[in-house]
Amino acid sequence: MRNVWTVATNAFREAVRDRVLYNLVFFALLMIGASILVGQISIGIEETVIVSLGLTATSVIGLMIAIFIGVGLVSKEMDKRTLYALLAKPVERWQFLIGKFIGLVMTLAVNTVVMAAGLYAALWVVKHPLVRNDAYVLVAVYLILLKLAIIVALAMLFSCLTTPFLAILFTFGIYVAGVFAQDLRTVQAVNLSEGAMRLMRGISYLLPNFENFNVMGAVAHGEPVAWALVWQATLYALLYCATVLAAGAAVFSRRDLK
Amino acid sequence: MKRRAITGIVLCAFLAMGLTGVWRLQKKIDGQREAMSLERQDVLLWPGSVVKKLSLEYAPLAGAIYWTRAVQYYGESHRLSQGKLELLWPLLDVATTLDPHLLVAYRFGSTFLSAPFPTGAGQPDLAIKLLERGINENPDYWRFYQDMGNVYYFDMKDYLKASQAFAEGSKNPHAFIWMKVMAAKIAAEGQSLETSYFLWRDVYQTTTDKTVKENAERHLKIVKAQMDLRELDRLADEFEKQKKQRPTRLGDLLQAGMINVMPVDPEGFAYVFGPGGSAQVNSKSPLAKEKEFQKK
Amino acid sequence: MTQPVIETENLSKEYPYGFLHLKKKTSLEGLNLQVEQGEVFGFLGPNGAGKSTTIKLLMRLIFPTSGTARILGKSIEDVSMHQDVGYLPEQPYFYDYLTAAEVLDYFARFHKLTAADRRARVEKMLKKVGLETAKKIQLRKYSKGMLQRVGMAQAILHDPEVVVLDEPMSGLDPMGRREVRDIILELKKEGRTVLFSTHILSDAETLCDRVGVIVGGKLRGVGAPGEIVAIKAQGMEILFEFAGEAKSLLLLSSATKSGESYRVQVAEENVYAALDQLKAANARILSVAQIKPTLEEFFMNLVAADRAQANAVEVSGK
Repeated sequence: MRNVWTVATNAFREAVRDRVLYNLVFFALLMIGASILVGQISIGIEETVIVSLGLTATSVIGLMIAIFIGVGLVSKEMDKRTLYALLAKPVERWQFLIGKFIGLVMTLAVNTVVMAAGLYAALWVVKHPLVRNDAYVLVAVYLILLKLAIIVALAMLFSCLTTPFLAILFTFGIYVAGVFAQDLRTVQAVNLSEGAMRLMRGISYLLPNFENFNVMGAVAHGEPVAWALVWQATLYALLYCATVLAAGAAVFSRRDLK
Repeated sequence: MKRRAITGIVLCAFLAMGLTGVWRLQKKIDGQREAMSLERQDVLLWPGSVVKKLSLEYAPLAGAIYWTRAVQYYGESHRLSQGKLELLWPLLDVATTLDPHLLVAYRFGSTFLSAPFPTGAGQPDLAIKLLERGINENPDYWRFYQDMGNVYYFDMKDYLKASQAFAEGSKNPHAFIWMKVMAAKIAAEGQSLETSYFLWRDVYQTTTDKTVKENAERHLKIVKAQMDLRELDRLADEFEKQKKQRPTRLGDLLQAGMINVMPVDPEGFAYVFGPGGSAQVNSKSPLAKEKEFQKK
Repeated sequence: MTQPVIETENLSKEYPYGFLHLKKKTSLEGLNLQVEQGEVFGFLGPNGAGKSTTIKLLMRLIFPTSGTARILGKSIEDVSMHQDVGYLPEQPYFYDYLTAAEVLDYFARFHKLTAADRRARVEKMLKKVGLETAKKIQLRKYSKGMLQRVGMAQAILHDPEVVVLDEPMSGLDPMGRREVRDIILELKKEGRTVLFSTHILSDAETLCDRVGVIVGGKLRGVGAPGEIVAIKAQGMEILFEFAGEAKSLLLLSSATKSGESYRVQVAEENVYAALDQLKAANARILSVAQIKPTLEEFFMNLVAADRAQANAVEVSGK
C-alpha cells in the first residue's frame, strides 16, 4: 500500500509541475469571469449563466485533462522508458497503475476546487449575498469529479491496450456514448428487431452512464439535489472505476515493455 | 544595427496598413450584411432535439446561449425594422427544449410572440404552445397561467379560455388572490377596460425585464386613455341631455362645470372632440398612432 | 558448491510479428547461464544479439516464452527479489521534471528504508557519482553522461547484492567510462555480483572475471576473456618511418602507408631479418607489436557462420 501512495504522490507532483495544467485552469477561470458579462447582453439569466458556464468549463477542462493526461500516465512512461527503472524495484505493476490513477484524481480534485472557487467568486459579484441553495453548486462539482475519475480509469485502460492516439479516441468515444447511455436504454426505433433493441439496452448498462452525474439543469436554477442521488452516484463511480482498473491491471501485468 | 531598425519600422508599417485595411473591409462587409434581410442570415437553427443531442451534457448552457440569441434577435429586428420576427418562435423553441426551466424565456416569449406586429410576432397560438410546455415542465410556477390568461384575453380575445387560465392558476397556493377574482370577472364580463388596466399593471409592477416593462407601460397608457375617453363620452352624453347639443370643445364641459380641470392624456396632450361628437385623442399625441385610436 | 546468484534454464523469447502476428522472431533461444557469487560477468555480443532481451527478461520487463530464471534463489516472478537487485537500464531516462535528489529519493522509497537512512543514502550516492553540485537542477537540463550517473546511483543506492547493468558505458566520454569502470571494480571489492552487457570488447577484457558471448540469440561460449579467443598470434606488425628512396628498401613493396609512417606485417620467424633490413636502410622504428585476433573478428566469424547456416537451411529446404 505504501508503494501505491508513493506512486500517487509522484504523479501528483508531476501534474503540478506541468505548466499546461496551469494554462488550462487559467483559461477556465477566464471563461468564468467572462460569464459575468453575458448578463449584460441577455435578460434574466445572470446567475443561471454563471453557474452553467462555470460547470461547463469545469467539466470540459477536466475532461481534457482526464483524457490526455490519463492516457499519458502509462504511455508516456512506456515511451520514454522511465518505467524500466521503476518496475525493476520491488513494486507490483498493479500498484503502479492504481498509484497513477489516484495521483491524477487528486490533481483533478484540486483543479475542480480552484474552478469552483472562481465560480463562487463570480456568483458573489453578480448576486450577493449567496443563499443556502448555492451550496448545491459544490454538489454538482463533486459529481463532475466522480465522472472525471471514471474517465481517467477508462483512459488508463485504453492506454494499456493500444497506442496513445487510439486510446484518446476510444476514451472520448466512450465518453460520448456514456452521455447518451440513458437515451440508448429507452430507444424506440421502428426498424430494429426485438433482439437488437435488447442488445442496445444491454450495452447501455455496460457503458458508463454519465447522466447520473449531470445536475447542471437543476443547480443552474438554484434547485436542490437529492442526497440519495449523491451517494448512489458515488457508489456507482467507485464500482465502475474498480472494475475498469482491475481490467487495466490485468492487461498491464502481462504486457511486454518495448 | 541600422538594418534591424529599418526592418522593424517596415514591419510595423506593414502591420498598421494590414490592420487598417482589414478594419475598413470589415466595415464594408458589415454594411452588406445589414442590407441583407435579418432572416436570411445564417442563424444555425436546427431543431431543438438535434441541438440537445449535440450539446451533450451542456444543454443548460446551450439553452442560455440560444435564449441570448433570441433576445438579441428581437432587439436587432426592432432596431432595423426588418422582418416579421419569424425566427422568434424557433429560437425560443430551441432554448426551452435545451433548458426547460428557463422561466424568463417562457414569459418574454409569450409576451412578444403573441403581441401583434410590429411589437411582436403576432402568433398567439405559438405563445400558448410555449406556455403549455412551460407549465408542463414547471408545474409550480403559477405565473405561466397568468401569462396564458393575458394571451387569451388581449390577443386572442377568447374570454372563456382566459377565465379558465386564471382559475387554474389561482389553485396554486402561492398565487395572488386576484387571480381568482380575475377569473370570475372575465367569466362574467368578458373584455373590460378595468380588467385590462389591472392585468397590465400587474405585469408592469412585477416584471424585472426592461423590455416587458416598457411594453406594459405603453399598454397602460392606451387603456388609461381609453378609460378617459369613455368618461368624456359619458359626460358629453350628459351635456347633450342638458343642453340639447353635443359639446364641440373640451372647454364646453369646463364651462358647464362638469369637469374642474382640462383633462390630458397620459402623454400630456389634451383630448378633443371629433366631428361625430365623440371624444378623441389629440392628433398631436403619440398615442394617436396606436391601433386603438385609428379611425375606422 | 554455492548456488549461482543468477541462473537461467532454457530461457527463450519469441516475438510474434507480421500480419495477424503469425510469424515469430526468436530473439533468445534456450539460454542456460550461471553467474556465480562475487564475480563480474560480462555479457558480450553485437547489437541485436539478445543481451538486452536477456536482461529485460531477468528484470521482468518482458515475459519469457518458455524457460525459467532465478536470482538469489528466488524466481523472477517473485517481486520481492528486486529488493536485493539493482538495475541500470540502457540509455536511461528519468522524469525530467524532477531533480536528481528527488528521483533518487522517489526510487528509494520502494525499498524498506527509514526516512533518515534514505536521506543519508541519497546524499552518499550523489557524492559518489559526482552529482552533488547538480542535485537541485531538474533532470531535463542534464547531459547524457549525467543521466547515466543518476541511473547508476539509483541502481546501487539500496546496497543490492546483485547489480545488473545494461550497456553502462554507452554514450559516455572516456572519463565517464573510467568512472563506471571504477564503480564496477569497487562493487566487486565489496563482494557484490555484477552482470553487465556491452559490445565494447576492451571493457569486457579488462573488467570481467568471466564473459558470455551471445550471437543471434544463442549463447556461443562462456569463460574467462582470454579463453574465449584463441590467442594464436598471426605474426608481428612493424611501424616505421622512412625518408629515403623507395628502391633502397624492399619491404616497402609489402608495406601500407598511413600518414607519414608505414606498416608492414611479417611472420614471427622473419621479424629480425626485417628489422635488419630497416636498420640498414636507416629507417626509424616506431613500434613492433603482436597481431592478435580480436573478439571483433570472433564475432564477425560467428555472425558470418550464422548467416551461412541460415542460407544453407533455406537452400536445402529444411
